[in-house]
Amino acid sequence: MSRARETGGTLPPVLALPAVVGLALLVLPLTALIARVQWDSLWADITSPQALDALWLSFFTGILATALCVILGVPLALVIARAGPRTSAVMRVLVTVPLVLPPMVGGVALLFLFGRNGWLGMLLDEWFGMTLPFTTAAVVLAQAFVALPFLVLALEGSIRTSGVDYERTAATLGAGRWRILWRVTLPLAAPGLIAGIILSFARAVGEFGATALFAGNAPGVTQTMPLAIYTAFNGGGVDQGTAVALSLLLLVTAIAVLLLVRGWRVGAAR
Amino acid sequence: MTGGRLDAHVVVRRRGDFTLDARVHAEPGEVVAVMGPSGAGKSTLLGAISGLVSLSEGRVRIGERDVASAGRSAAGSRVNVRPALRGAVLLGQDARLFPHMSARENVAFGPRARGVSRKVALGEADDWLWRVGLPGMGEHRPAELSGGQQQRVAVARALATSPQLLLLDEPLTALDPETAGEVRAMLHEQLTTTHATALIVTHDAVDAAALASRLIFIEQGTISQSGPVASVLAAPATTFAAAVSGVNRILGVAHRGCWWARGVSPDVLIAAADADSQAVAAREGAALAAVFRPGVVRLERAAESSWTGALRIAEARAAEQGTEQSEPGSWLARIVRIERTPGGARVHTADPAVAVDVPADAVASLGLAPGTPVRLRVAPTDVRLLPVSETRGS
Repeated sequence: MSRARETGGTLPPVLALPAVVGLALLVLPLTALIARVQWDSLWADITSPQALDALWLSFFTGILATALCVILGVPLALVIARAGPRTSAVMRVLVTVPLVLPPMVGGVALLFLFGRNGWLGMLLDEWFGMTLPFTTAAVVLAQAFVALPFLVLALEGSIRTSGVDYERTAATLGAGRWRILWRVTLPLAAPGLIAGIILSFARAVGEFGATALFAGNAPGVTQTMPLAIYTAFNGGGVDQGTAVALSLLLLVTAIAVLLLVRGWRVGAAR
Repeated sequence: MTGGRLDAHVVVRRRGDFTLDARVHAEPGEVVAVMGPSGAGKSTLLGAISGLVSLSEGRVRIGERDVASAGRSAAGSRVNVRPALRGAVLLGQDARLFPHMSARENVAFGPRARGVSRKVALGEADDWLWRVGLPGMGEHRPAELSGGQQQRVAVARALATSPQLLLLDEPLTALDPETAGEVRAMLHEQLTTTHATALIVTHDAVDAAALASRLIFIEQGTISQSGPVASVLAAPATTFAAAVSGVNRILGVAHRGCWWARGVSPDVLIAAADADSQAVAAREGAALAAVFRPGVVRLERAAESSWTGALRIAEARAAEQGTEQSEPGSWLARIVRIERTPGGARVHTADPAVAVDVPADAVASLGLAPGTPVRLRVAPTDVRLLPVSETRGS
């Protein structure tokens, strides 16, 4: 490489090498993973009780977390998109923090809020005798915590781009606020909403750090796919063949999500 | 369907110094055109009436209902009905059809919002699309329609709400001239047959003449002139109104029963034949405007082809006869600009600023070019003299 520079090679050939290495860094590990898959026992691995437990739990909590994100995130995105420039900037930063925060930190933070000695945890314990951490509900909450920003930011951008002109037009045509929301604002922002839902579901299913700290790793209760994979490689109750199979499943899910989101983006541009 | 009465006194103050203060009235079924330079407050006026802009003062009454009142009104109570409940539909330059709905769903949107069942609303929508000249186009998405077709759908969508008042903000501006002409004809037909009360903002005197019975000029936030379209266009009160009407309007004072101003050399006198004009010009020293069309001005080469020569001859003649002897309706002018027009050329002269329409062959035979000295003549029968009431900036 250094010789190429000395001989005065033009920039593109020099750049080709790190570019290829970079690409290899991204693609090779995934290839290695696929190479380790024992195809003959793949079906048995995926349908093993531990794997099925983790799969079902991941799917179930992922759906619930995504639903929670939609219920809370759509109003939040609407409010941010229609707030004044300063308010919306502040709110957007607040929403982005969990996105860039290491999920572990998020898990610790959730534990301090909902733990036995946390602000909300104490109240829940006192009033309902409920403890949230290390339950399936905690898994959903941890997933929603990390997935919500994806939905809010995707949808908010979409709402802001479509502007208020169509809403004003709808208003002068006699439509009330709810009709405008359901028939104009949300349909116009549909590409953003769908992209947001897909992204937040993918993020929820892949969640590890916050879940591990806040919900623990109890098989069948809080052990989602990423936790099952981690446990398997630490010599826990799940065998490695299953872990590899589950990893493959997550990889396939990720690629499917990518294709879906891209498909919707293209649809939006049309 | 007949529209409601509009009675509005709109005062909107904005940051900076801009204040819009205009009283607008329209009888049921009347179409009123609003014209004015950019930034004069036309769109703000429509916004305030439709409820998208809030009033600083004044009130808006649509039909039999006060929909907005603000500030120190006599009634005291502050009213601000939401746009959706005012019965006024705003249609802008951009059709703004909902892109995720078909044409007929767009048209059905208003009736649906009123609580009409989906089936009935879609049936009405098909009728409206037929009336605006788009039969069978209902299933198309807005993106599949041309600009003119989109504007037709927008008109159908607006009329389908049976509005008390239709507010049109430059509805034809975004269209090419041919399409604009077709949509204008359709709009005229629909406004007439539905007896809609409408306020139409336009920059084109043709729109005003074709669609409206009354014309209002708004300049710098206030109404500078209003009246029946024909009489306003015939006697524009301001330079802007004159430009829109396509006539010359030059400012001077009354002198010896004529219009007088200091020209290049000698002074310019213009006489008028009709009794009203002569009465206006009889008040010696009163400010007045001379109004005449560019087509009635006769243009010929000055006696001397060079400018200095022409000036010398004119000055010699003036010295000989005295300014008092200047011949009315004939003056020496300098060409500043020549524009092509469909029928030939429009020659703009300075001091006073007068436009003259000249046939194409005359441009060549007279050898006209910027800077050329020319003599302009205008007959008294072609001139109207109007009093200038305010000392307006324009």
